[in-house]
Amino acid sequence: MLTAFLALIKRDIHLGYAQGGAAGLVIAFYAVTVTLFPFAVGPDAESLAPIAGGVLWIAALLSALLSLDRLFQADFEDGALEALTSGPLPLGLMALAKAIAHWLSMLLPLIVLSPLFAQLLHLDGKATWVLVFALLCGTPALSLIGAAASALTVAMRRGGALVALLVLPLYIPTLIFGVGAVEAVSGAGSVSANLSLLAGVSLIFAVMGPLAAAGALKLALE
Amino acid sequence: MHWFANPARFVRLADKILPVAFPMTLVLMGAGLYLALFASPADYQQGDSVRIMYIHVPSAYLALFAYMVMAASGFSTLVWRHPLADVAGKAAAPIGLCFTGLALATGSIWGKPMWGTWWEWDARLTSMLVLFFLYLGYIALWGAFEDRSKAARAAAILALIGVINIPIIKFSVDWWTTLHQPASLFRMGGPTIDPSMRPPLYVMLAAFQFYFITIWLWRIKAELASVRINALRLQLIRVKRDAS
Repeated sequence: MLTAFLALIKRDIHLGYAQGGAAGLVIAFYAVTVTLFPFAVGPDAESLAPIAGGVLWIAALLSALLSLDRLFQADFEDGALEALTSGPLPLGLMALAKAIAHWLSMLLPLIVLSPLFAQLLHLDGKATWVLVFALLCGTPALSLIGAAASALTVAMRRGGALVALLVLPLYIPTLIFGVGAVEAVSGAGSVSANLSLLAGVSLIFAVMGPLAAAGALKLALE
Repeated sequence: MHWFANPARFVRLADKILPVAFPMTLVLMGAGLYLALFASPADYQQGDSVRIMYIHVPSAYLALFAYMVMAASGFSTLVWRHPLADVAGKAAAPIGLCFTGLALATGSIWGKPMWGTWWEWDARLTSMLVLFFLYLGYIALWGAFEDRSKAARAAAILALIGVINIPIIKFSVDWWTTLHQPASLFRMGGPTIDPSMRPPLYVMLAAFQFYFITIWLWRIKAELASVRINALRLQLIRVKRDAS
């Protein structure tokens, strides 16, 4: 079962970077979104640095969202999802594998690049490191919640806007704690408390997300 | 629980409850509005604008109560496959959405004289706004499926994800506002509400509760009727086709 689990993760990562995959596009989207903010609020460090944490988190949220509606859809349309159900993996673990693959291929590159973008927005050194840790602790929740919403809308041809409506309110706690961690470096609050809460939210959804996704996929495959 | 799963039996029960619930709504609402608007004192600081509370608090209560009804219905949809549970959840959602909207609107109108702005990112208002979006998502998901039973189960899953999330969202928003807004000018209601304001508030809460029961049962009956009409229409088409 572990072999099948790892094989599915590997397959999805490969597909993300293969011809027609979205991983490169998501990175570009993240970069462009971050670039828009200096035009909107002004290029000087005084206006950019205080909002840098928020901007990078919002960009990560939107980038995660952008790649979500196709998480199960391509496999659903070409029948691969149905074929996978005859394998050794239960639906819940399959959803978990796909969420992990989504995180590794779409979000991990953004986290690796985030110190660079933090510099563009004049975030200081210590806050940058906190941001990276916060993204590492918090973004798994984005993939896991997203997997549930993506599974709920898998059979819809235009599920994208609906996924956004379903998912974004549920992302609010992650956003609050994520930005809270970065702001705690220079202001009120505790960095470690925020990081723990981020990891807590991710862990809750590591259980709930795949469970909900399994229920939704069962529905779609009927 | 299982006993109510039969729609015909449920409609009979609803027909017994409604003749009580509907007049109760009217009587309590009348009495509550009189007590709230005329027979209760104005607040020594807030003046007459405190009377908004008698609409605002019951609305906020129903906003949460309707979500709990939705989540409980969702649970029975998924676990026992009650045909009635789908309908009960679907019927509760628009009521909850309306009262969440009403709680937001009255909160905003109350906020204008108290805080000096129409909108304050206060923890409770913000949580209500998020709840509003959760309702919208639930209703949109119901509308997005062509197959009724699939829509019911998808919406049930979403309602359950939402209900586990509400405490997390509530906690995170509280945490966020304590960081960003250390001293709120004014805390809504709170434990220190004056004894003279309690009776009208309780009467209004009861009135809203009966209003919910009445509208909810009406909506369930209407939904059951519309399912039945659709089934009959299909049957009619089939009969006509076979005859020709």
